[in-house]
Amino acid sequence: MYDGGKIIIGLIIGLGLFLSPFFYNAGKAAKAPDPELTEKAKEAKKCVEPLTYMRESHFTLLDEWRHTLVRDGERYYTASDGKKFYKSLQVTCLDCHSNYSKFCELCHNYVDVDPYCWDCHILPEEKK
Amino acid sequence: MGVDRREFLKITGYAALFGLGGKAAIDIFAPGELEAAMPGPALTEGKRWAMVIDIRKCLEQQAKEKDGCDACMEACHVVHNVPDWGNEKHAVKWIWQEPYEHAFPNQPNPFMTESVRHQPVILLCNHCFNPPCVRVCPTKATFKRESDGIVMMDMHRCIGCRFCMAACPYGSRSFNWGDPRKAPKDLNPEYPTNREYPERSKGVVEKCNFCAELIAKGELPACVQECDKIGAHALTFGDLNDPESNVRTLLQEHYTIRRKPELGTEPNIFYII
Repeated sequence: MYDGGKIIIGLIIGLGLFLSPFFYNAGKAAKAPDPELTEKAKEAKKCVEPLTYMRESHFTLLDEWRHTLVRDGERYYTASDGKKFYKSLQVTCLDCHSNYSKFCELCHNYVDVDPYCWDCHILPEEKK
Repeated sequence: MGVDRREFLKITGYAALFGLGGKAAIDIFAPGELEAAMPGPALTEGKRWAMVIDIRKCLEQQAKEKDGCDACMEACHVVHNVPDWGNEKHAVKWIWQEPYEHAFPNQPNPFMTESVRHQPVILLCNHCFNPPCVRVCPTKATFKRESDGIVMMDMHRCIGCRFCMAACPYGSRSFNWGDPRKAPKDLNPEYPTNREYPERSKGVVEKCNFCAELIAKGELPACVQECDKIGAHALTFGDLNDPESNVRTLLQEHYTIRRKPELGTEPNIFYII
């Protein structure tokens, strides 16, 4: 191999640059978000479904809602505890969770998802 | 061993029959199968919502006010967050007006009574019994509700291809060329006007939904409510499948016309002239 030493040194430097972000951030976990509940949400104590389900699968529930409401015209959802809810992100969910920047957005940013719900659904006005 | 001449001719013969013959060839071996694979829109079951528009009462109301009456259009656009773009080419139309000649181009009459000639006619989606827009939609974003015949839009699915706009013979569909939130502020000072109803994003097609969200609550469509509120009572909404319903009674008592009935779309909006 001609100029073997130079090539190997170059490769090592290249690899080092490529991996530098990992070394730079090693040992520092990004702070887990701490979404705030509004007073109204605190008072209700319970969301549509149990907390763990809502945390992990609220998007599955919303997807099911939008499908059954728009296409099948079924406007009410019966929760596992028998309570009925009007299937609406804008009217039902955002009624309690009216603090987008301190609730939805925190986790969505943390896990780097960009749902396009808000392209059409209107967010409540927040007091700053 | 290779294929001999006889074998080769057989293969090419069958290939031509299936390949070039296409549908005709399939029809010989499996008659009716192709048609069955392409079902038309579901037939309306139960209710069949329809509207009867009394042009005489509407024009009477128009004449009463200096700039004409736009109460129904205003009400609809407020309820559904339809912005005013101030540009005819970008206009989003749910319910709008056209002169009689444009609304009914198949009824030319040089000796037309002055009471309707050039007069504005209220137009909206016809919620056709046989909607051509539904047939062409590649994603089934627009569909006819089986329960009551309303032609609906699923905005989540619309890809903005605008086939439906080409298919609709009534111009009832509008494309969002821009984000409604960026509509001129001076024309839409209060926008969004209804915080309980969503907006649409740029790049989707929208149209009148016969106020499906209000009907579900047992209310009349916003335009009908508004027309009744101002005392004009020119719009009547009801079930066409019920022989005793308000719309059927009106249709029995008056001679009515529909827009372009010769196209076979079976519009559910009727006009008393």
